[in-house]
Amino acid sequence: MESNKPKEASPVKAEGAAANESGPSRRELLVQGSKVAAGIGVAALLGNLGNWALSYAAGKEPIKIGVLHSLSGTMAISEVSLRDVVLMAVEEINAKGGVMGRMIETVVVDPASNWDLFAEKAKQLLLQDKVAVTFGCWTSVSRKSVLPVFEKNNGLLFYPVQYEGEECSRNVFYTGAAPNQQAVPAVDYLMSKEGGGYTKFYLLGTDYVYPRTTNKILRAMLLAKKVPADKIMEEYTPFHHQDYQTIVGKLKKFAAGGGAAVISTINGDSNVPFYKEFANQGLRAEDAPIMAFSVAEDELRGMDTSALVGHLAAWNYYQSVDTPQNKKFVADFKAYCKKNNLPDGDKRVTDDPIEAAYFGVYIWKQAVEKAGSIEVDKVRKAVYGSKFLAPGGEIMMDAANHHTYRPVLIGEILKDGMFKVVSRSKGLVKPEPWSEYTNPEKGCDWVAHQGTYQKT
Amino acid sequence: MTDGTTGTNRGGGLAFWIVGFVLLVAMPLLNVMPPEDSWLHLSDFSLNRFGKFLAFAILALGLDLIWGYTGILSLGQGVFFGLGAYCMGMHLMLTIGKESVYGSDLPDFMVWNQVKELPFFWKPFFSFPAAVLGAILVPMLFASVFGFFAFRSRIKGVYFAIITQALALAAWLVFNRNDTNLGGTNGLTDFKQVVGYRLSEPFTQRGLYVLTVLCLGGAYLMCRWIIGSRAGRVLIAVRDSEQRVVFSGYTPANYKLFVFVVAAGLAGLAGMLYVPQVGIITPAQIGVLPSLEMVIWVAVGGRGSLAGAVLGAVIVNYGRSILTNYFPELWPFILGGLFVLVVLLFPDGLVGIIRKGKSLLSPLKAGVGKAAVPEGER
Amino acid sequence: MCLVKAQLTIMMIALGRTVAVLGIAGLFLFSGQTWAIAADGPVAPPPPTSSIEQALTQVTSEDESVREAAIRLLIEQGDVSLVPQLDEIRANADRSVRQPIKQLMDLFKNRAKLTSPNTDVRRSAAMDLGTSGKPSAIPWLDAAAANEPNRWVRYTMEESAALLKLASDDPSIKAAAADTLGDLRSQNGVPVLKQLVEAGDGAEASEPQKTVAKAAGAAIERIETWGVWSNAIETFFRGISLSSILLIMSLGLAIVFGLMGVINMAHGELMMVGAYATFVTQQIFKAYLPPSMFESYFLTAMPVAFLAAAGFGLLLEATVIRFLYGRPLETMLATWGVSLVMMQAARVYFGDLTAVIAPGWLSGGAQVMVGVYLPFNRIFIIGLSIVCVLGIYFLLFRSSLGMRVRAVMQNRNMSACLGIPTRKVDAYTFAFGSGLAGIAGWALTLVGNVDPGLGQNYIVDAFMVVVTGGVGKLAGTIVASLGIGGLNKLIEPSFGAVYGKVFILVMVILFLQWRPSGLFAMKGRNAD
Repeated sequence: MESNKPKEASPVKAEGAAANESGPSRRELLVQGSKVAAGIGVAALLGNLGNWALSYAAGKEPIKIGVLHSLSGTMAISEVSLRDVVLMAVEEINAKGGVMGRMIETVVVDPASNWDLFAEKAKQLLLQDKVAVTFGCWTSVSRKSVLPVFEKNNGLLFYPVQYEGEECSRNVFYTGAAPNQQAVPAVDYLMSKEGGGYTKFYLLGTDYVYPRTTNKILRAMLLAKKVPADKIMEEYTPFHHQDYQTIVGKLKKFAAGGGAAVISTINGDSNVPFYKEFANQGLRAEDAPIMAFSVAEDELRGMDTSALVGHLAAWNYYQSVDTPQNKKFVADFKAYCKKNNLPDGDKRVTDDPIEAAYFGVYIWKQAVEKAGSIEVDKVRKAVYGSKFLAPGGEIMMDAANHHTYRPVLIGEILKDGMFKVVSRSKGLVKPEPWSEYTNPEKGCDWVAHQGTYQKT
Repeated sequence: MTDGTTGTNRGGGLAFWIVGFVLLVAMPLLNVMPPEDSWLHLSDFSLNRFGKFLAFAILALGLDLIWGYTGILSLGQGVFFGLGAYCMGMHLMLTIGKESVYGSDLPDFMVWNQVKELPFFWKPFFSFPAAVLGAILVPMLFASVFGFFAFRSRIKGVYFAIITQALALAAWLVFNRNDTNLGGTNGLTDFKQVVGYRLSEPFTQRGLYVLTVLCLGGAYLMCRWIIGSRAGRVLIAVRDSEQRVVFSGYTPANYKLFVFVVAAGLAGLAGMLYVPQVGIITPAQIGVLPSLEMVIWVAVGGRGSLAGAVLGAVIVNYGRSILTNYFPELWPFILGGLFVLVVLLFPDGLVGIIRKGKSLLSPLKAGVGKAAVPEGER
Repeated sequence: MCLVKAQLTIMMIALGRTVAVLGIAGLFLFSGQTWAIAADGPVAPPPPTSSIEQALTQVTSEDESVREAAIRLLIEQGDVSLVPQLDEIRANADRSVRQPIKQLMDLFKNRAKLTSPNTDVRRSAAMDLGTSGKPSAIPWLDAAAANEPNRWVRYTMEESAALLKLASDDPSIKAAAADTLGDLRSQNGVPVLKQLVEAGDGAEASEPQKTVAKAAGAAIERIETWGVWSNAIETFFRGISLSSILLIMSLGLAIVFGLMGVINMAHGELMMVGAYATFVTQQIFKAYLPPSMFESYFLTAMPVAFLAAAGFGLLLEATVIRFLYGRPLETMLATWGVSLVMMQAARVYFGDLTAVIAPGWLSGGAQVMVGVYLPFNRIFIIGLSIVCVLGIYFLLFRSSLGMRVRAVMQNRNMSACLGIPTRKVDAYTFAFGSGLAGIAGWALTLVGNVDPGLGQNYIVDAFMVVVTGGVGKLAGTIVASLGIGGLNKLIEPSFGAVYGKVFILVMVILFLQWRPSGLFAMKGRNAD
């Protein structure tokens, strides 16, 4: 019930600034300002009253957790689904009696796809709402922007999306794939006989940290596997790039003579124009398949898939994975979206980040119960090595490096926007935040070392 | 819209000192003195956030000078803000040293971009004074080159607005490129210290807050002085009828260039103060949309009134901060609606409303606080 | 280029067709495909030749030489009818044997596909055989090429045969194949030809190797010379294509700007309205009409998009812009506010990305020359922009409404005195400009996403076109969009997309130095 104080405090300041007015209107402003302040105060008070009632009903004070996903702006397309699934997991947990007998209360904030706002909202969650854990972020930019905040205030973030690695934060658990669990095996597959034995690689991405780092690792890997440097092309386009005519033209020239594959780290809304142009300029998946790392079911849902059929993607989970718990998960998610009148209702689909966000909540719950506390340092230790039967099969948290053991699945895009698994790793793949190709000397360990260390 | 600028400033002067006192002394004291659970306590988070708003207010002052007083709509103010912010950001980046994730002397993003050597244009920013000077002078220099060409050829009105918008788009694209060596989309972040003070310490943040208030006060006084000066009257005359100014023997281009450069300098200053307080600067702050949002701060507060600009910057940003918590999906509606509403019904913003209210309440004093109704756009 | 024309004519005819004809065409296409699939299966029971039977058992032999001999025999005598049997063998075989059996099966399948009625199937089969490295496919390809009616499939067959011949042991065949590839201007041949040149360059290269290298070198030179030309043609086409997109977006904007001096910042969102109207039309067709009618949704969507956007335009004019006449900067800001609201409304209402499926006759492309491939959707947009320009020209210069519009543009007060209802003219023009934005949005669904940010992607470029083109002249807009689009595509291959845009901004600023009111400024004394 303290959280309304800062909110009240600031209108006072606002009105202070208003008094700056050079004229006889200062008093009116004061009145105006105090009215605004009063309004906000009342709103905050009402909000708090609700919280209080909730906690009273549960007998104990609820545990607050934060959800930090963009609900507006360009990233909303991807991130809204993650908020939905986290809320669904919380609802499930609360329905079964909560965590240690305490209800979970979510604080949802909207950083609006604005990286600077991510930092502000993270500060708010940690300092003002004092949440026990935060589930959030999609882009690497947003993660990098909240990272200092979480480290400075010893918060806890569960990050559910595959990423470029080369990070080893004490305050983040990465439930998505590290490069060696997605990009590297995908290219391995393309080079293998069953994958088509491709010999030329066009690395095409949107210009930001994930594609840059992933392609750096892939280039090192390809060179290590004796692919000559002139058989590797690298190219980046700005965000929201729409006109792929020139690039597909270049690609066509590169692919002449066969044996070429495209490794795409193109992000978001640029994918549709790219695939369309690719097909329209007469290139086929059989000649030059596109292996994508950022296209999943949730994105395909809104695309004209006819140009994408036959192309490939690499993930750790697909909606089509055939396990009983996955069937239930998919059905539950659709039901949840329908029940809450979310857009598209039961037409919603699940995908890798959605699954990762979902089991992240459960990993945290298990750890809290094991530690018997919501204190970050205790929870952190309890997470190490814990296992959970996720929708896609059992996963395991690494014993020291804050990443997740997951299976690797190469999928082929089907007409209905689903994936057919064409290759699957044997068992779970150990996560390596520092790639053996670019940083063989580095390791990540929070038990025997203090994070990133030099291997000897 | 000229009142309160050339007239007597009795009330204004008093208000200035009161506000100055509240911002400069009372708020930091509320932050330090009362115990944490007292209702008087102002949290570090709130103070820090408010500091950010005040940095925006400095930018708004400059934008008001060029748009509200001179009638030139610049939709590229974010670029100047960004230039200032990046200058300071580069300095802070270089002071991280080996504390970074990769433990390299180079900034992190250069490590993952495989840049082996510090690019030449980073080198001057090892020095703090150079960074401070750069943060103000680089935007001014850039503005003077751009403005020189634009105003010389008498690009004005809608044309100027579109050109500056394209400038914002181009700058956004360039800063987003990783090859530019300014951190790409991620921008510059993970700062540790400024002139030896740890940024994570509340003390440092308080210091930065006080510095921001002082800069805002200084900028306010400077803008007021400019407006009160002879040049200021020419600027207002340019807004009201540029042709008459030309016929009176003045060269409007020079005055416009002057005010454009001053506004750019203020934007740079704002950027410089913004970076250490927020801890990150990315191209997302300098594109088309943020630059347009800056215009709405001034429009809401009341253009043609310096106090209005400050008020608008603080209120809009504060509103955004609050409303994105409670009604995340409503914020764009509110922002857009606000824009239409202000432009259609309250062209003088909050200040205009207050003045109108004032003149209605006290008909006797109506002559003193006469609300300025625009006589149509020129 | 005559093929482009032919293509355009076909499209124009298609445009004129009625719904029913299209439906029938769709049915026809569909049945054609099923036929193609049927051709893949076993055609007739295989003649039970004893040698084939024996070879089939030997395919899985432990002895490598026996295995290879069996495979060779199968290639010579077998055909696609063996595929099911091979598949069975493969399923039970060791991992090491599976790969050659798979190749064998692919070979048979591709051979059968060479006679498929579907040109795409024939073509890709020929392409696959060319990269298979199996010389036994040469006679198949030669035979198929002799009977091939389609020029480009025949081209691929010849190319593939020549590629396979390059691997021959006989230097004279090699040299002849290199020569053929040179004749064909085959880009696909370049990597192999380069290898041959390198082999001939070595110090210990034999005489025949050198002859082959010489022939290969000559072929490469011819191919690359042609490559430069085809590249230039494609770049030119890309420039035209981007220009046509810019033009179609700027037309409405330019008309409104010319008439009222207003830059409508919500123009991009009116395009978005057009795109969503297309989407909604598609959904209605999907839900309520038989699938055979589906293909025709796209043409139906055009008037829908126009009317929807025009309706929004009228509303915008009546509620916002009307009150801001003579204040262009305020109008800009207010319309920007409207654009924010519209974008978010679309995001809330339509949620995520929404897919508009391009009709069959607009996907894919036409090959007009070796290495020059022109996508139908882009040709269509180029054609559409020409139609729009002509339409506007007739409306403005050949109709009484157009005369009034031009009168108001030139002198508002005088026109009012002469009894022209300027308010009405404004409203109609604004609605018309908005409708054009709707058509632009409709066309854009062919190349990109339908999402709330649709309008934002190109809109600043469109503003630049209008500003560069100047007020009130159609020609200015056309020339400016050609200039900006063409320049963009010219710069992009060497400097990348970003610097292309930056460069164009600099050019525009410098250009405005020379002509502050754009390319074709209105002449008169009302400059201020």
